[in-house]
Amino acid sequence: MSSENALKPDAAAIEESRLQRLEIDRAARWPVGIFLGSSLFWLLLGSALAIAASIKLHDPEFLAENAWLTFGRVRPAHLNIVVYGWLSTAGIGIGLWILSRLCRAPIRDHRSLTLAAVLWNMGNAVGTWGILRGDSTAVEWLEYPTYAAPFLLVCFAFVTLEAVGLIRRRPPGHIYISQWYIMAAFFWFPALYFTAHGLLILAPVQAPAQPPINWWFAHNVLGLWFTPIGLGAVYYLIPKIIGRPIHSYYLSIIGFWSLAFFYAWNGMHHLIGGPFPAWLITASVVASIMMFIPVITVAINHHFTMVGHFKKTIYSPTLRFVVFGAMCYTLASFQGSSMAIRSLNGITHFTHYTIAHAHLGVYGFATMVFFGSIYYIMPRLLEREWPSRFLIRIHFWSCALGFIGYWSFLSWGGVLQGIELNQKDTPFLEIVALTMPYLKLRTISGSLMTLGHVAFAISFCWMIIRHRASDGEPTLFTKRVPDPAPIHE
Amino acid sequence: MNKFRFIFIGFMLTFMSSWVGLVLLPIWGLGNFEQVPDPETGEMIPPVFSSLEREGHRVYIANGCIYCHSQQVHPARVRSDIERGWGERRTVPRDYMNQETVQMGTMRTGPDLSNIGVRNPSETWHLLHLYNPQITSKGSNMPPFKFLFETRKKDPEKPAANALNFPKGFGPGKDFEVTPSHEMLALVAYLQSLKLSSYEIPEAPAARVDSLAK
Repeated sequence: MSSENALKPDAAAIEESRLQRLEIDRAARWPVGIFLGSSLFWLLLGSALAIAASIKLHDPEFLAENAWLTFGRVRPAHLNIVVYGWLSTAGIGIGLWILSRLCRAPIRDHRSLTLAAVLWNMGNAVGTWGILRGDSTAVEWLEYPTYAAPFLLVCFAFVTLEAVGLIRRRPPGHIYISQWYIMAAFFWFPALYFTAHGLLILAPVQAPAQPPINWWFAHNVLGLWFTPIGLGAVYYLIPKIIGRPIHSYYLSIIGFWSLAFFYAWNGMHHLIGGPFPAWLITASVVASIMMFIPVITVAINHHFTMVGHFKKTIYSPTLRFVVFGAMCYTLASFQGSSMAIRSLNGITHFTHYTIAHAHLGVYGFATMVFFGSIYYIMPRLLEREWPSRFLIRIHFWSCALGFIGYWSFLSWGGVLQGIELNQKDTPFLEIVALTMPYLKLRTISGSLMTLGHVAFAISFCWMIIRHRASDGEPTLFTKRVPDPAPIHE
Repeated sequence: MNKFRFIFIGFMLTFMSSWVGLVLLPIWGLGNFEQVPDPETGEMIPPVFSSLEREGHRVYIANGCIYCHSQQVHPARVRSDIERGWGERRTVPRDYMNQETVQMGTMRTGPDLSNIGVRNPSETWHLLHLYNPQITSKGSNMPPFKFLFETRKKDPEKPAANALNFPKGFGPGKDFEVTPSHEMLALVAYLQSLKLSSYEIPEAPAARVDSLAK
């Protein structure tokens, strides 16, 4: 692929590019398609369990007769399904597709990868069944029993192998920032999972040493797996859609290395005040504050790239979801850094505020960015367009408004809860009572979010069945395009 | 492949640095505790769990008690745990050494349980509370664990010895009796054994804890 032609494309070069993209998208069709399609199944199941868990917190008799549906099993089932079934599955598909495009190399081993996708789903099914029947490990974020792990690890071996194959076949010259992030994520995740599963579940270290390892793992699932895939997607999709390069190459490199180093050290901020050496906690508090560096770097980069183009979110679904998500990344990270400060942590630790914060990261940021990515990728895999503008609108607004409600109500309830937890004279049951209205509002907000997911799933299935023929134009929010800049393929 | 090699080495090095700091060093520093003799009685503390208590620990894990209950007492300068009566002192690492899978927890939808065995030693209280939390704690949002009990029609000639005695308005009615399953008895035994910071150990002597308290 000659880089001179890419700068001043002539008709032949444009055609060559288009054919190459077609080859890449066709090779990706089954493996990426299965990862993305199955991720939506887990999203729906995870949402159903979320609503059940949420209702149980204000109506504890709800579905409480059966051991399989007790809150203490439904809650970890929800978490593991959305982490490993929805986000991770979509993340693998999105990461592989973007990598394949940027490396200008079609996925070679699509049969093994398709099998890997099936194994991944089996692992999630087996793991979920395990938690509900009572085999949960009760290690937070690692609740799937050991018998689910081989499925996940074998699948991931194939994924990482394919990623290495893609990066090796890339054209000489510049490696784009998204490729850095996605490759790093594909190595970091199995290293995290393999280590943590070994040291906490298979051959557990002595109990006092378990929480540091647990939260090194859990926080890094966010910081070294979802975040790099999400940022890799944002860095790819924004320039593609608005037709402009990222504002600063150097900022993106600073952002990558500072994230790689500081994020990995954050985990102990989940243990502030607990029985651990002060140096261990303080190291993570410092690392959590240092996160301002990569986060502000990325925010500046994304913002100055988007400046003058925000109007395009009026018509592009992908752009709208991705920009919403990228803004939530900045907010979630600033909030997270603040929560690592011991005085604020004194109020927020152990409360619903922490849960709301977690969702700002995994939902506001990662989920919304992944939604945008799927809107971009699927038409290219299936060579047809999304069937309904209306369903996309329902999807966006239900999720965005539902989530803003979720985060606001639960955070406020959590702050009140935290303040009262520190008042020794407030009886505990009074604290439970004061959280009730916020927990109910969370159920309502979460139900609205779920409505959006259902709309998305209907869209997805409809598109696959090809119920409605498209007119060859991309399905945008409005037919009228505000300015003449082309939407790139 | 050249430039990627450096990127790869770089991001694996940053990763390994966190592994050394947050995994390896904690294993070295927090993973090799031994029991110490109690200065007064001479028995080894913290005590090892009995096999019934270990079973109860697994019931606790299987049913996800950790998602609402913590097991860590924080120092007085951080939180009001000690003032609330959740422990005489903060918990220290050695207190947890005999647990299989530590259940320190990160949520306090329900109270901390580090010293519940001291605070609520009564088996009857736990059985009623776990059968239906509303019996002992009206307005609680803890789920009922009726599925860890056995309900059967009462035989008036041979009523079960350990049948629960319900207050008015609760229970399945006078024709039925409810007895705890083996798993429930194990769980209650485990809860009664939770006295994590009620022992005096070298790194947390009572006098020093008092001076740190304010």
